[in-house]
Amino acid sequence: MLGKTANGLFWMYRGLERAENTARLIETGQRIALTRLGSTDDEWRSVLQTAGSLNGFIQRHEHVTKDAAIDWLLRDKDNPSSVLSSVEHARQNARMVRTALTGEVWEAMNGTYMRVKEVLARKISERDLSGVLGMIRQRTGLVRGATHGTMLRNDIYDFARIGTFLERADNTARIIDVKYYVLLPSVTSVGTSLDNVQWETILRSVSARGGFRMEYGASNEPRDIAQFLILNRRMPRSLAFCAHKLRDNLGYLASEYGHNAPSLAKIDHIERSYLSFDIDAVFDYGLHEFIQKMLTSLSELGQQIEVDYRFYE
Amino acid sequence: MPCNTRLAWTTQISDGVGHTGMSDQVYFDEMWGTGGSEGTVRSPYAPFNSWLNGEDPKHLRAKQREAEDLFRLTGITFNVYGRAEAEERLIPFDIIPRIISGREWQKLSRGIEQRVRAINAFLYDIYHGQEIVKAGRLPQEMIARNEAFLPEMIGVQPPGNVYTHIVGIDLVRTGPDQFYVLEDNARTPSGVSYMLENRETMLQMFPELFSENRVQPVSTYPTDLFNSLAACAPEGLDRKPTVGVLTPGIFNSAYYEHSFLADQMGVELVEGHDLRVQDGQLNMRTTRGYKPIDVLYRRVDDDFLDPLTFNPESALGVPGIMDVYRAGRLTIANAPGTGIADDKAIYSYMPEIVEFYTGERPLLENVPTWRCSEKDALAYVLDNLADLVVKEVHGSGGYGMLIGPTATKKDIAEFRKKLEARPSNYIAQPTLSLSTVPIFTRAGLAPRHVDLRPYVLVSPNGINITPGGLTRVALKKGSLVVNSSQGGGTKDTWVLED
Repeated sequence: MLGKTANGLFWMYRGLERAENTARLIETGQRIALTRLGSTDDEWRSVLQTAGSLNGFIQRHEHVTKDAAIDWLLRDKDNPSSVLSSVEHARQNARMVRTALTGEVWEAMNGTYMRVKEVLARKISERDLSGVLGMIRQRTGLVRGATHGTMLRNDIYDFARIGTFLERADNTARIIDVKYYVLLPSVTSVGTSLDNVQWETILRSVSARGGFRMEYGASNEPRDIAQFLILNRRMPRSLAFCAHKLRDNLGYLASEYGHNAPSLAKIDHIERSYLSFDIDAVFDYGLHEFIQKMLTSLSELGQQIEVDYRFYE
Repeated sequence: MPCNTRLAWTTQISDGVGHTGMSDQVYFDEMWGTGGSEGTVRSPYAPFNSWLNGEDPKHLRAKQREAEDLFRLTGITFNVYGRAEAEERLIPFDIIPRIISGREWQKLSRGIEQRVRAINAFLYDIYHGQEIVKAGRLPQEMIARNEAFLPEMIGVQPPGNVYTHIVGIDLVRTGPDQFYVLEDNARTPSGVSYMLENRETMLQMFPELFSENRVQPVSTYPTDLFNSLAACAPEGLDRKPTVGVLTPGIFNSAYYEHSFLADQMGVELVEGHDLRVQDGQLNMRTTRGYKPIDVLYRRVDDDFLDPLTFNPESALGVPGIMDVYRAGRLTIANAPGTGIADDKAIYSYMPEIVEFYTGERPLLENVPTWRCSEKDALAYVLDNLADLVVKEVHGSGGYGMLIGPTATKKDIAEFRKKLEARPSNYIAQPTLSLSTVPIFTRAGLAPRHVDLRPYVLVSPNGINITPGGLTRVALKKGSLVVNSSQGGGTKDTWVLED
């Protein structure tokens, strides 16, 4: 496989994952806005921050308002992480690696792009928002489903998965990064309605309310939420789960290529040093510091993969 | 009328009249002959016609839309140069097939094969002994002063002695038995992906048609292409040859086709920056390091192939690739310098070229051509601009040409100036009464002018012509320009088993 193709697959699936995550963040923001009284602009500010595009937003807008935030996250071309930009980016990469994809994956991707582009050509009214977000989740799910159901389990698939899980881990880490303070055990106002809303925000933004209940029952201990998002191995968006998948796929590459690349050692190190203890160890280390460390490590891992598999030169 | 759902002709067959100014012109319609819709359907179209008579036009309209959706979803698009807005456009597809009988096709393919053999022999000669010049059959300056002639290719022996691995011969028809070669595409003929996708689409939409008509398949093309390219690999390889397709990139107008062909052949689609010359070999950058490529089907022009040999500004090519080629360690398809054979001034010598190298009379006719570089010809052309088609010698895609009969006086006056300033840059041909095939319009069937580009593969194992090709159709009423860049569409082309 060409290094360029590996690069294209990696970014195609990162783009898809990002589009889906951004849609989910908007959904959460909207949900909070609807269930809270008074100003929710702070909530939108933290959504923008989680999406990693608060700075870009502030450069172009004087105030954070709901409408402006939604439009920016959904369809602004100046925002490289907007849903529209992410889907365009994914499709552009898919065109580049067309020969590595099955016809069904390509058609699902191209159909997603056509639909998203058509729907997001105009500003989305509040009434239509939920339908549009649902469509985005369904369409990205369709590409993932076609990938799962039709692609050979070879290095092509590995790079697709690596892109997916690196993006997903990054997204979960950033959600925690922005909201880490409500998960700290030192917060005394446990059980207040403010905290309940905050926790719900976190769980919703990773589509994990149901999963959390299954694992922890009616608990609303912040400690449990942190454990769930960081270390739970069954939760498909937790850091431990994503790291495990990254390790698997980098491992498959190593055995297919008969060579252990430095990126495999790196993910090994991340798993063993940060994700093999219980949540108390994380709190002892410092939740904020821990998440910062994770974000840096994930970004370094991405760079190492680029080098190991000759994405560029 | 046998059936009230019969599709009405919106126009008379000779509808081109007012547009071309040829008042007594009657065009040959490949479905209806010269009799218009009142005439008798020609025999290759008879089964199709009875099927058509039983179809509800509403249903067909829905099918036409379905075809467009299919094309859009598959991503069969092309990029129009100089139009940021319409970055990716569909080439319109018309659901009425163009049908050629097996007997007609046999005749055509014999002529095509003869012509392609001659072109390869001509190219070999031009870059070696230049016997044709010595024999006085072709003026020396046609070569020496030709931009498409590459001195770097003199004496180079391409693997298998093949120059044009892939050729597209553009044909037009003016009557039941009259075909002309309009153009030889010996560099990088495009459009073959449309030939394949058009058939796929028809098979999906109208499967019943293919049980009623015995249509020769085109679907073997990708395998044939791969085998043909592999058979041209450099000699002495101790492994199966690795083939790659070189594209200028995702923004090229034919990118879809490049990725389609690579995908169908199961080979890598590479760009210049994926390649590097190392240890006297062409290598591609893979996830496991650099791996050799033996045969490069390049869709990049000569000029951009190697910045060390040709255009130093080129970022699309590979520095040093020509050295590998000259050392016989790489096959480049088509060979650099083949453009000399599809040059429009050389075209006018094709009858001589065919005779010189095959010793036979050409089976396919050339369109009579005036070379404006010649004084008498120029005078004639200038006197008759309103009736002629004038083309740039190196032009392509239907750009930079004058179609006298449809041009305004102002167009003609402006073109006259250009022609007088650089006569050798132009050739002129009579306006041909191109045949028509009906297309499906909102109001029913309507005749439109067509041409045909069959695709030819050349290797030491022989010449392979896919039965069919790409039919391009001028969708505008009366128009003679079929190029996709100028509003042309395409049709599925059927060659029947007789």
